[in-house]
Amino acid sequence: MAEQLELGINGERRRVSVERDTPLLYVLIDDLGLEGPKFGCGLAQCGACSVLIDGREVRSCVYPAASAQGHEVITVEGLPGWHAQRSGNDEREPPLHPVQVAMIEEQAPQCGYCYGGMVVKAAELLAGNPSPTDAEIVAAMNGHLCRCGTYPRIVAAIRRASEAMRA
Amino acid sequence: MTADASRRSVLKAGGALLIGFSLADLAWAQPGPPQGPDRNRIDSWIAIHADNTATVLIGYVELGQGCTTALPQVAAEELGLGMDQVRTIAHETGVTPYQGGTYSSSAIARGRPQVQLAAAEARQELLRRAAERLGAPVGALTVERGVVSAGGRSVTYGELVGDRPFEIAFTGTAKPKPPAQYKLIGQPAARRDLAAKVAGTHGYVQHVRLPGMLHARVLRPRGQGAYGSPPRLLAVDEASIAGIPRARVVRLRDFVAVAAPREWDAVRAARALAVEWERGETLPGEGSLYDHMRGNQATDAVIEAEGDAAAALAGAAFAAAFEGETPYQAHAPMAPNCAVAEVRDGKAQVFCASQDIYALRTALAGLLGLAADAVTVRFEESAGTYGHSLYDDVAMAAALLSRELAAPVRVQYMREDEHGWDTFGPAHIGKVAIGADANGKLVGYSYEGWQHSWSFTETTDQLARGTEARTWPMGPSRSVNPAVCGGMYAIPNVRLVDHALPGAPYFRAAWLRSPLDLSFAFVSEQAIDELAQAAGLDPVEFRRRNIADPRWRGVLDAAAGASGWPGAGSRSGDVATGQGVGLGTHLSGWGGAVAEVEVDRRTGVVRVTRLWGALDAGCAVNPAIVEAQIVGQLVQTVSRMLYEEVTFDRAGVTSLDWASYPVARFADCPEIVPIVVQHLDQPSSGAGEEVMAAAAAAIANAFFDATGTRMRTFPFTPERVKAALAA
Repeated sequence: MAEQLELGINGERRRVSVERDTPLLYVLIDDLGLEGPKFGCGLAQCGACSVLIDGREVRSCVYPAASAQGHEVITVEGLPGWHAQRSGNDEREPPLHPVQVAMIEEQAPQCGYCYGGMVVKAAELLAGNPSPTDAEIVAAMNGHLCRCGTYPRIVAAIRRASEAMRA
Repeated sequence: MTADASRRSVLKAGGALLIGFSLADLAWAQPGPPQGPDRNRIDSWIAIHADNTATVLIGYVELGQGCTTALPQVAAEELGLGMDQVRTIAHETGVTPYQGGTYSSSAIARGRPQVQLAAAEARQELLRRAAERLGAPVGALTVERGVVSAGGRSVTYGELVGDRPFEIAFTGTAKPKPPAQYKLIGQPAARRDLAAKVAGTHGYVQHVRLPGMLHARVLRPRGQGAYGSPPRLLAVDEASIAGIPRARVVRLRDFVAVAAPREWDAVRAARALAVEWERGETLPGEGSLYDHMRGNQATDAVIEAEGDAAAALAGAAFAAAFEGETPYQAHAPMAPNCAVAEVRDGKAQVFCASQDIYALRTALAGLLGLAADAVTVRFEESAGTYGHSLYDDVAMAAALLSRELAAPVRVQYMREDEHGWDTFGPAHIGKVAIGADANGKLVGYSYEGWQHSWSFTETTDQLARGTEARTWPMGPSRSVNPAVCGGMYAIPNVRLVDHALPGAPYFRAAWLRSPLDLSFAFVSEQAIDELAQAAGLDPVEFRRRNIADPRWRGVLDAAAGASGWPGAGSRSGDVATGQGVGLGTHLSGWGGAVAEVEVDRRTGVVRVTRLWGALDAGCAVNPAIVEAQIVGQLVQTVSRMLYEEVTFDRAGVTSLDWASYPVARFADCPEIVPIVVQHLDQPSSGAGEEVMAAAAAAIANAFFDATGTRMRTFPFTPERVKAALAA
């Protein structure tokens, strides 16, 4: 049976009608037209689908959409606004999150498919720990897979973003 | 991303790249013959716009490797434009020229001269017209960002051609710029696709949506069995999904799929549908794979024979022999493959991530019984695929389902489909014997390889039509590779032999990044180290003595020099460390690597702690991209040497997800030093897979340096390492 859900996605109220057991990822992609979170495994193993829910990274491929009601969902597309709000800026078109800027500066992605989740996870890390050590970065990111092998540049980008955010 | 079937909107959907101008508006951009637009005409490659910018039509596709930045860089260089003045359009059969499939790291190696020539022809014609307009000889003209000047007057490319076709064929007289004049080639231009990729707005094939599109999932047994023995579909109980709104079942012989307007309904229906399969125990089984390969009837072929290897080996002062066995490994792209197709009114349009859209068009035409020019294949990027994964298979599934359901259909494989039904990189047994004289000079080399070739027939085609499981004949990338098997050394007596096995009863197979080269180098370069040891020489010094080609010497010295070779290993204690060196390539290019590993003798856990990789790819058009490719290759090599192995029982594959098919993670990543050995005056070689073999060998040799034990197979799992150390 389809059910009406009201979800807070990237700062907007969105209404959808979905089957009760639908994972959040399918709602984000198919109902809301978002392209940032990706289907990678459907098993919560790879992190391509990661989003923030109330600031914590979750795997949207296994997270029931219905459980997201009453919570704030942020996808990679919403990270600039989320960061601006947390930093006390209310710009209409906020600039990219410092992690996104740093990943471009490091020329980190190759195919880029895992980056929707990578960026979200890195943003979660820096929100809780503004000055992570490399070991802390690796520990935080270790549940996210990148088959192109861009890990070293992601670590460098997070380090760079951390410095930029403290500057 | 939305798209519909009209060419005009397809081109417009190419996005902001074609601001205010669509090639579709011009008669000369209409679909060409099945081979694609005439490659000897400038208009097939380059369009000059009124705003003094250019569109370059390229046939090589973006697989994450960066060619949609580097090839425009080549065109901009030759045309005398800035990078910001050159754009590309989406790859589509009939629109973008056929340059060959995007494999064997050929996008720059083969694509650079093609694009360079087309741009040189365009530039020559532009200068001819400018000379007329300005009343000055061609030799007096200068070009800066598409502005041609002489004697205080100037005219832009846009004014000379502006959105009109050149309408001329190649003259054969245009000469590309000499390297001394390069301004862009050799410079690290930023990749054009990365901003959208980190913003989450880059469209992938997974995002293509057509009006009225159905979502489909394909059902297959969990994990394939032997190629040539496809499962038989005995029964499908459609009533089992009666509760799922508008879900439909499509059955074609042994091919079965479910489709529904909503994607989650298709997923639920695929899980709920009761299907009965008949599948035998068709495989040799994991434990007896190599014995089966050794015992099977092989077709022998001499790949290379120079001098008398047997006699040279018999008379050698020092000799080494080594035999290794290497497993099936998976492409395992981060994105399970996906395609969208619309088959209607005798025409088909397919959106997919194929490495070769023209070859796929031919295959789809055969599958659907249509003429090739009734089929349009449009490339949309997916996750990196590192070789032939299921992109054609899924495109075929989407096309068949669209025809059956009379609606556009999107097929998305699930993780277990991708891992379980991949066309794996083949298993291999290699046997090498090498001899050196008393001065440590190599005198004889013999390599024998047992492996099967690639599978030609996609699973969808086999299941839906009962198409025979055909196997490609042996050839480069599936036969013993002379470039890796001793080819880096000057050896007077060489014999390379293929023992080609039949395709069945083994797995479907195809090229996987640096196909078989990791296996060849694992066997060959370990034996080289053994021989160095027998001759009492340092492994780097031994290699230096036997290299005649300065390019090989260059990468060896670059990697060894950067690593501070010889480092200090420690064989004592529970955690041993060691260093190893290796050389290798794929088909062109020169790769050298040094690895530092750490082996915990108690747990059997191996870590690669540092890895230096030097790649000479000739002229590196964009050295920053080559550097990124080296890093990616080295990380993936660590993954393939330490973690990756397709597991199976006699019925089928059992490694069906990231838990059962582990790959390298952040924590497994060594400190990596990429080294680009630049030769601007040389042709470009491949740069996407040419340092993996070297790194694989370096890791194996470092393991020996740490432990005194030779690994005879990979991946170096803790169980395997403990067993090897205990033996």
